[in-house]
Amino acid sequence: MIAAIAAEGSSSLPFLVVGVWVLLLSVFVGFIVIQKVPPTLHTPLMSGSNAISGITIVGSLYCVSVEYPTASVVLGCIAIAMAMVNVVGGFAVTSRMLQMFKAKDAPKSGAKS
Amino acid sequence: MLGVISIQYVAEFGYMAASALFMLGLIKLGKVKSARQGMSWAAWGMAISIAATVALLFADDHWSTNSVLFAVGSAIAGSALGYWMAVKVPMTSMPEFVAFFNGLGGLASTFVASAEIPRAAHLQLSLSDLGDKDHPGEGAMFAIAAALAIVIGAVTFSGSMIAYAKLAGKVNKNRAGPLGSQGLNALLGLASIALGVWGGFFAADPTQLYIAGGVLLVVSLVLGVGLTMPIGGADMPVAIALLNSYSGIAAMTTGFVLQNNLLIVAGSLVGASGIILTQIMCKAMNRSLSNVLLGGLQDAGDGGGAKKDEGYTKVKTTSSDELAQVLDSATSVIFVPGYGLAVAQAQHKVRELATLLEKKGALVRYAIHPVAGRMPGHMNILLAEADVPYEQLYELDKINDDFKNTDVVVVLGANDVCNPAATQDPKSPIAGMPVLEVWNARTVVVVKRSLASGYAGIRNELFQMDNSLMLLADAKKALEDTITELKAL
Repeated sequence: MIAAIAAEGSSSLPFLVVGVWVLLLSVFVGFIVIQKVPPTLHTPLMSGSNAISGITIVGSLYCVSVEYPTASVVLGCIAIAMAMVNVVGGFAVTSRMLQMFKAKDAPKSGAKS
Repeated sequence: MLGVISIQYVAEFGYMAASALFMLGLIKLGKVKSARQGMSWAAWGMAISIAATVALLFADDHWSTNSVLFAVGSAIAGSALGYWMAVKVPMTSMPEFVAFFNGLGGLASTFVASAEIPRAAHLQLSLSDLGDKDHPGEGAMFAIAAALAIVIGAVTFSGSMIAYAKLAGKVNKNRAGPLGSQGLNALLGLASIALGVWGGFFAADPTQLYIAGGVLLVVSLVLGVGLTMPIGGADMPVAIALLNSYSGIAAMTTGFVLQNNLLIVAGSLVGASGIILTQIMCKAMNRSLSNVLLGGLQDAGDGGGAKKDEGYTKVKTTSSDELAQVLDSATSVIFVPGYGLAVAQAQHKVRELATLLEKKGALVRYAIHPVAGRMPGHMNILLAEADVPYEQLYELDKINDDFKNTDVVVVLGANDVCNPAATQDPKSPIAGMPVLEVWNARTVVVVKRSLASGYAGIRNELFQMDNSLMLLADAKKALEDTITELKAL
């Protein structure tokens, strides 16, 4: 009985409630995690998080679906292209930057041991 | 039917895995050693997100052959452009580049939300009716989220383009007619709320919907320009960090439009990251966010390049060979890089000089102020590019007490970040700003092109202190000469 109510309750929970829960928890995780990033890595953090904001690619893929009229599909295609610039460019440039960070003893440590 | 359901489950788990990878990636970005791995995890997260979405749309018959063609074509075009730009951009232009990319992300979110307008028009529904499925309030959430995504995304786009233009030196005005004034910004803000409400809840026929959406887009774009224009060129670290946050928030709001948790998670992480960086930057300048956004320090003029001499009376100038001699006998040296280093592209020369000094037995370190340069961490990547080991880079509070035990401090194209007025003159506009206390060292050599003031437009008593020497030259040239002299000694 209780299980049935619970099941019905969860299936009819509006997305707004779920979404705000997810939002709340993600913001907390974000604050805690990002605070630990050292200043040295702030530029890679910016370009890397920028690449992650390209997640809007997921949204733009919906817009070329058959339910959407031509005008929407056009907007969707532009959105896909721009989001991909963001994703690919962002990750590529971040990895380029991170490649440059070297520890002083990095090349020597192998030779020593 | 069963197949569809299981694909939905698989896709949902894919989204969860992607969210976890984004979070883990950011955790790994907390250490230099694991940072690369972290970013590759985040990239995998993105790949899984895309794959799961495509699988979902296919299984539910949302995608036709045309959908595939359009999506693949656009994705290839965007990826190629993004990759090409990422490979080409020089490290010194990184701030402009990040601003530009950020803008594109914002506009993508705007278009995702805007795509709902033709759909509503096609069905002759208002946006709130379109979003209404089976729960009360769902339609309202849909309409509000769509309007917010359009506004925030467009503000991110036009704001980032202004930031890009300012960083690239193409624009340095803080006003253009009424643009950038607080009155106009408030008006545009109110207009966007009104248009959002009308377009979201009341406009139901195609003409009204398109007018509401179109005007909302234009108003938001102008608002983005108006909000970013007043921010001074040197306050750009704050502006890009904030715009970075907006692009995340825009993606997050599209999550509420499409009822997609992954968009909410990833968008919130980016939003939080931008907000934290913004806070750090403001704290490093001892200014409130509103002061930065309203262009608080602008009265004194931007850049200060025009002012040649501000009545300094007892400045002692020096030359490269004297600097070489001073450095030759030093046992501890700290370099303080600033934006001038980036402009002169002198990072490799600093490294060369540092190596030379280390060979002579000196302790060499670098002191990095949080707002040195034009974006958070700007100096760190420049020096990393020149193979400076990151252990030699010290944050302000880690090195400030060490200046008094240091023989020579070489200030390279930095100004306000080592202005004693911040600690000594309570009336100074930068009073209370944490600064690098370079004047406590035995000798300070300031390498600068002129005695002009920095962006804060205030004089720097450091220039005429008893223990400071001015080397008025381009940083790269000065360092080259010093290296030559030092080798000859």
